[in-house]
Amino acid sequence: MTLAPEADESELRAVFEATIERHDRIEPRDWMPEAYRKTVIRQVAQHAHSEIIGMQPEGNWITRAPSLRRKAILLAKVQDEAGHGLYLYSACETLGVSRLELTEMLINGKQKYSSIFNYPTLSYADVGTIGWLVDGAAICNQVPLCRTSYGPYGRSMIRICKEESFHQRQGYELLATMMRGTDEQREMVQESVNRFWWPALMMFGPPDDDSPNTAQSMAWGIKRNTNDDLRQRMVDMTVPQAKALGVTLPDPELRWNEERQSHDFGSPDWDEFKDVITGNGPCNTQRIAHRRRAHEDGAWVREAAMAFAARGAEA
Amino acid sequence: MTDIQGDWPLYEVFVRGKRGLNHVHVGSLHAADDEMAVRHARDVYTRRNEGVSIWVVRSDAITASSPDEKDPLFAPSGDKVYRHPTFYDIPSDVPHM
Repeated sequence: MTLAPEADESELRAVFEATIERHDRIEPRDWMPEAYRKTVIRQVAQHAHSEIIGMQPEGNWITRAPSLRRKAILLAKVQDEAGHGLYLYSACETLGVSRLELTEMLINGKQKYSSIFNYPTLSYADVGTIGWLVDGAAICNQVPLCRTSYGPYGRSMIRICKEESFHQRQGYELLATMMRGTDEQREMVQESVNRFWWPALMMFGPPDDDSPNTAQSMAWGIKRNTNDDLRQRMVDMTVPQAKALGVTLPDPELRWNEERQSHDFGSPDWDEFKDVITGNGPCNTQRIAHRRRAHEDGAWVREAAMAFAARGAEA
Repeated sequence: MTDIQGDWPLYEVFVRGKRGLNHVHVGSLHAADDEMAVRHARDVYTRRNEGVSIWVVRSDAITASSPDEKDPLFAPSGDKVYRHPTFYDIPSDVPHM
């Protein structure tokens, strides 16, 4: 059954707008403006790709985890990232784009993933810092997205947020353990935090006055907060956590503003940000090459499974 | 939904959280066949004891009503408020109603 063909577009658009107005959810088979569909596909795909590419920087350390406990935790975390990618790809596919198309757009550079995963992981402390700061930033970003207007996206976010809390806590606990260790270990933590602080703040995207998609995305209820709002929230949350941990955040302009009841802080290097998202970060080439290799090397497995299933169906 | 060349078929996944509850739709995934769909569903949707039972069904086997909320399909229940207990006025001093 489909909508009567004579239902004209202005009528359909009115129903869509009213649904958004009520803060109700848009579901896959509802009529939606083409631009809404495209925007949700772009955002959800970028989010899914980030989860999948995000397995690499940490996966790098699985074989070199310092104990069986840390190894089991890291394996579980990386497996979760794969799961999160799969929830999000499924949500994206409800908009009429196939998994294969999404994978190809990733490895051909037609769709983006979070700039943060183009930075290398140089020490085991980075596993902790990524959990604390990178997953912390992701949580800031994702909690409001549980109320996003596209139903399947919101439902994926609810599942993801439930699991993400483990990621942040294991990271913070890892760093706290190192901070109770030797001077050398404390230095490793501080050095890692120094490298990741600014890239973590860049994860919220460009400043509001340079974010052309934000206004429309908020009007449609796809995004619920602006980039700068979320960045401020992240800074305010993190400062006391850094203090408890005993590390400093590498920003000379960071200070409490009594009047605003918030922290003032410096501006990330937006030239570096633009450079990284346009493909010139330290690890862009390596990340995509690895994903491409996994996709191509896995082709025979996908085909063999289909052949096996076809033979089972005949028997 | 049609199969897209190169992708495994799409399955919808339903999980029973614990005994006494219905299976609830939790999402979808791709698998080559039914058995693989159950295994993938376990890995993707029950990593933290979220379920005691999984159903999977190929998405193209599902028949659905129209997405329109004003679908005439639902009209028969729309004007029958007397099917709800709140339709009936009962004096407030009558117990156990």
